[in-house]
Amino acid sequence: MAETNLYRIEVGLREDQPDPAAQSVPAQFRSLGLPAPDRVRAVRIFWVEGAFDRTMAELLGRELFADPITEKAAVDAPVYGADGSFVRVPVHGAISGNAYVELEETVAKFFRSKQYNLIFDLGEVTEVSSAGVGVFIGAFTEAQENGGLVLFENIRPQLRELFQSLGFMDVIVLAEKKRPEASPPPRSVEIVRKPGVMDPVVASIRKALLDRGLSAGYIGTGRKYLFWGDLSDDTLRAAGRRILANESIEEVHVDRPAPVHKISGAAEFKLVHVPLKGKDDAELAQISKLGCLSLTVPEMRSIQAHYDGLGRDPTDVELETVAQTWSEHCRHKTLKGVVNFTGPEGKKRYENLLKETIVKATESIDHPDCLSVFKDNAGVVAFDDAWAVTFKVETHNHPSAIEPYGGAGTGIGGCIRDTLGTGLGAKPIANTDVFCFGRPDASFDDLPPGTLHPRRVMHGVVSGVRDYGNRMGIPTVNGAVHFDPRYVGNPLVFCGSVGLIPRNKIAKAARSGDLIVVLGGRTGRDGIHGATFSSVELTHESETVSSGAVQIGNAIEEKKVLDVLMQARDQGLYSCVTDCGAGGLSSAIGEMGEETGADVDLDKVPLKYAGLTYTEIWISEAQERMVLAVPPERWAALKRLSDDEDVEAVAIGTYTSDQMLRLRYNGQQVGELAMSFLHGGLPKVEREARWNGPVAPPKAAVSEVRPALDPGDCGAALKQILGHPTVASKEWIIRQYDHEVQGRTVLKPLTGARDDGPGDAAVITPVLGQTKGLALSNGLCPQFTDLDPREMAKLAVDEALRNAVAVGADPAKTFILDNFSWGNTSKPEQLGSLALTCDGATEAAIAFGTPFISGKDSLNNEYAVHGQPIAIPGTLLVSAMAIVPDVRACVTMDLKKAGDLIYLIGETREEMGGSHYHLVLGKSPIEGAVPRVHLAIARETYTALHLAMAQGLVRACHDLSEGGLCVAAAEMAFAGELGMQLQLNKVPIPANAPQRYAPEVLLFSESPSRFLVEVTPDKQEAFERALAGIPHAQVGFVMNDPWLTIDPAAGSTRERNGGFVHEDILELKKAWQGAF
Amino acid sequence: MSQPSVLLLRTAGTNCDEEARFAFEQAGAKVTSVHVRALCENPKELAQHGILVLPGGFSYGDDLGSGVVLANEIVQRLEEPFRQFVERGGLALGICNGFQVLVKTGLLPGPSYRAASGNLSPAGTSIMYTTLPATLTFNDSQRFEDRWVTLRVEKSHSPFLDGHAGRLVTFPVAHGEGKFVTRDEHLLKRIEHAGQVAFRYCTSTGALPGYPENPNGSQHGIAGITDETGRVLGLMPHPERHALPWQHPRWTREGLKAEADGMFLFKNAVAFAKGA
Repeated sequence: MAETNLYRIEVGLREDQPDPAAQSVPAQFRSLGLPAPDRVRAVRIFWVEGAFDRTMAELLGRELFADPITEKAAVDAPVYGADGSFVRVPVHGAISGNAYVELEETVAKFFRSKQYNLIFDLGEVTEVSSAGVGVFIGAFTEAQENGGLVLFENIRPQLRELFQSLGFMDVIVLAEKKRPEASPPPRSVEIVRKPGVMDPVVASIRKALLDRGLSAGYIGTGRKYLFWGDLSDDTLRAAGRRILANESIEEVHVDRPAPVHKISGAAEFKLVHVPLKGKDDAELAQISKLGCLSLTVPEMRSIQAHYDGLGRDPTDVELETVAQTWSEHCRHKTLKGVVNFTGPEGKKRYENLLKETIVKATESIDHPDCLSVFKDNAGVVAFDDAWAVTFKVETHNHPSAIEPYGGAGTGIGGCIRDTLGTGLGAKPIANTDVFCFGRPDASFDDLPPGTLHPRRVMHGVVSGVRDYGNRMGIPTVNGAVHFDPRYVGNPLVFCGSVGLIPRNKIAKAARSGDLIVVLGGRTGRDGIHGATFSSVELTHESETVSSGAVQIGNAIEEKKVLDVLMQARDQGLYSCVTDCGAGGLSSAIGEMGEETGADVDLDKVPLKYAGLTYTEIWISEAQERMVLAVPPERWAALKRLSDDEDVEAVAIGTYTSDQMLRLRYNGQQVGELAMSFLHGGLPKVEREARWNGPVAPPKAAVSEVRPALDPGDCGAALKQILGHPTVASKEWIIRQYDHEVQGRTVLKPLTGARDDGPGDAAVITPVLGQTKGLALSNGLCPQFTDLDPREMAKLAVDEALRNAVAVGADPAKTFILDNFSWGNTSKPEQLGSLALTCDGATEAAIAFGTPFISGKDSLNNEYAVHGQPIAIPGTLLVSAMAIVPDVRACVTMDLKKAGDLIYLIGETREEMGGSHYHLVLGKSPIEGAVPRVHLAIARETYTALHLAMAQGLVRACHDLSEGGLCVAAAEMAFAGELGMQLQLNKVPIPANAPQRYAPEVLLFSESPSRFLVEVTPDKQEAFERALAGIPHAQVGFVMNDPWLTIDPAAGSTRERNGGFVHEDILELKKAWQGAF
Repeated sequence: MSQPSVLLLRTAGTNCDEEARFAFEQAGAKVTSVHVRALCENPKELAQHGILVLPGGFSYGDDLGSGVVLANEIVQRLEEPFRQFVERGGLALGICNGFQVLVKTGLLPGPSYRAASGNLSPAGTSIMYTTLPATLTFNDSQRFEDRWVTLRVEKSHSPFLDGHAGRLVTFPVAHGEGKFVTRDEHLLKRIEHAGQVAFRYCTSTGALPGYPENPNGSQHGIAGITDETGRVLGLMPHPERHALPWQHPRWTREGLKAEADGMFLFKNAVAFAKGA
């Protein structure tokens, strides 16, 4: 090969283009309390090594790396000169006739992009008309008004005379005196990825160069920020760390060029044994800790005994395999373990918590449409005679705490792989996302050390989910965001994926003799110890010590895998598939080969770079990989298909028939494990659980400052609740997600006259062109966990079902998922509330006839600050997937027409505990009665309402949740741009209610199982007939007048403090939209 | 006349192929999907079809800017077959990422603009580059946005739009880089005067709007353009995502339409290909 050169190509915006970084970065400095720079420029850097000359590098810079219109590039030179604050405007020839128009447009372009410092070099200008001089004078004035400066250079004598005669020359001379002394060069911060961190752009550059006939050696990318202004080193370092870069994956270089990281070197092969023989408990605990194995002493004992029986010590890779397989993340040992519960009503023992609650509910319901539950990567449910739908929701909490963008992206990526790995592969057709964050207005001073600000976590998580889901071409259609100060160190990220699969592709099994094939991305050091890491508490050192656990996804790689997999599935090219998730190949092959056994040649696994040990290869959690069992006679066809789609497929071993897992590296055996021990050797965990009644969260964790409210001013309380981040519009998030791709979305997440009201659930048509639909919704109410975990669980199930029914889904064909995120469940109080939650969820599921089809738990969501643990509120997410018989009968929540009747369905009770009304009044979260789900009547309500909707009797429907009746009414009104008039004395309350409730209770109580419904007058009779036997009442009307008016009773005095609400819907909408 | 045949060009990151196929099939076409790698190996395939579609997505992750890597691949490896396809009367449609690709190859606004706006690059490589007259760049909002917009079908001689000039239609947009910008005002005027503007963002009354009705800040509200012949069309909004009446965001308020707004474009293309 000819001599190769390494070029550094910088790309930046042309000066006349708007520069968002220049505008947003200084504000971010200020929000951190740092002195802000005067001016910022963002630069992209590319390093390209190849056997080509500089002219070619310049061409690549212009054509490939820079946008042809908006950007410019420089090779081995800075793209912006030292004096970045002034831009030279090209002027030449005669500025006469109409030429001044062009000049005017040029100047205007700079001003539009906020570039007010200009230099006109007039050296080549021969003539200027009076209109031309007018442009100069205008530019000068406008620049000055905006704090800028316009300078003129090389003025020819005739021009000088002309300017003098117009009095303009004096102005020019005066301005020249303001010219800054040779301004100091800008400071720079360069950011590059740490060695080994995934960079998807590199492969695209390599491909583009190859298409041009150029083969490249090293390729790298980075970014640079240039700062003008008086900034200290400390300021730049702090900004680099806290605004510009994430040090868990990136390096920050202040005022020096970033180094080029080439990873080289080969792993020296050395077989390692870990001596366990004769070690005592303390030594075993130490071995587990040093190896980041997260194995408990009883587990280490079990391993020790097993190897004592074999008469040898385990190799490192064997011990790792056991640690990964037995991890809480993979095995759910707490939920599947023995729980001894003690509560106010006595003691209770669960031999297997999950089996005796959640799974029992599904078994006792025995729904005929459940095709595969709790055994595959996702639950599978019949959709029609030909198709089934799958649903899985995953958490990705700990990685998202450390690197929100990468963590959330790999979270959704992993969940999508679960769909691909369900049955013989389902096609992902929708995503859901639910997040829990600390308060976005938290002060930096209140943040525990080592935590990122909730706002930064939120933006990173949203971007991560957006970039992965959008690139994969999967619509994100449903979600929720909940805020509580206790999520500050431990945000929760729940990602859901819905899939579509032919019913004859659900069964799968690896067969003896099948090849073990890895399909997709290459293996690197990404995410080593992710499975065990996700099972431990975070500490404030997590950010620095856990970088290996953070992965960066490559959505396009996964999309390619999807493209191959769907074709291969339909051609019958493999007999089994699963995804590579936590634990990497060790978990995937260990699971798939449980019944057969497997021989694996680790040296055959394709690597991103040399230097990985056999153990690293085996447990790496590099993304975008699937493992297939391929019959030998189909291998050639699969390989050809993969090659055609530019996806790597490599056979790395064989499924055997002796139920042994054998690992080899370069022909030498490095591990041999009996599948029976790997999957059956885990000692059962037995834990204590306790519940002593409501516990107020620690004071420090609930500090929320808000203006004092007059409890009787219900209009003000309504606006406060609408503006609470949990309730407020999430439009800024939702708009960033493509919720239309694939063309399946019938009810969108935003709805109403201006497409911006809060829909209750999304509806998609899984089979494009057909009218049978699928509703997706969720229930999440951790604000009730402190008060009563059992009721909280019922409320979550009720909310998920209620949301689905509100849009027209069939409650009898609703299927739900559980995701538990809890604190450290080795503490009896934490496990106690978890056990009660399982009980409550089970009771609700059975009563509603809505089986659980899949679930997941994420425990140890605690955050240690100087030894003081802060646990998240116990958080149960219930996700629902429900059949919609015909989407053309669907109903949205926006009001449709003045004159229509408003009905309230369901009883309102005095249940103010945990309510948002209490929250905005600053009351204790455990004060007041918890809302209770009256399961039997709720089920009847849902059945009756569904029938009414199917008959077309309902024009609009909204469920009552946070903020109760008042918030629901407000949302329906502003979404439909119509007013509403309600009368509180008509609200249905229990017959045995002790007295008529106070207006605040009727307005804001969060009693479940209620809806506000719009009915046209001509359907009134039929609607009331459909609702016979269900608590309901006509409580008001839809009005043309755009006001929400709620009277305590007809003709009552309209005084502000009497529970009377009279608000302009536009003002309410403003409060609801203004939170972020 | 035989059933018109559509070639759907796919690559890593293409993700709107299913709905594009659906819309064309609903319009009566036969759709064949091909990976760009396969087309590079057998470019003659292109001549077998009357309509070429570049669907939306994130080709190669848009890692070097939207559509850049695929545009580079087409320029380097498929320029001649593409040119011949258009010259012999084929229709080409680029939606969203497909539009970005067509603009970044220079196929839009068309070859005459390339010749007019610059010289050969120093290295003597393709003239499709260096002299590009227009681009699609980052939205003014600086973020990806999904929203439904109203568009006005402009007066043009494009067979895709035949008989629908002046009509207001509703399509969704979903992109982060959709702001149409030309190198200078002169080129913009030329595109407009030549009747090459196909769609403009407008308010529900037809006026030229600001954000968010113009979702990305495109010059003069331009949402889609054709080449000089009218047979190559690119647009940022997604007509294929409004091929069924219940895809409309406000159908529960306004009722289901007899025919979804996007279908006219696919039907026109199929009718043209049938007659060709």
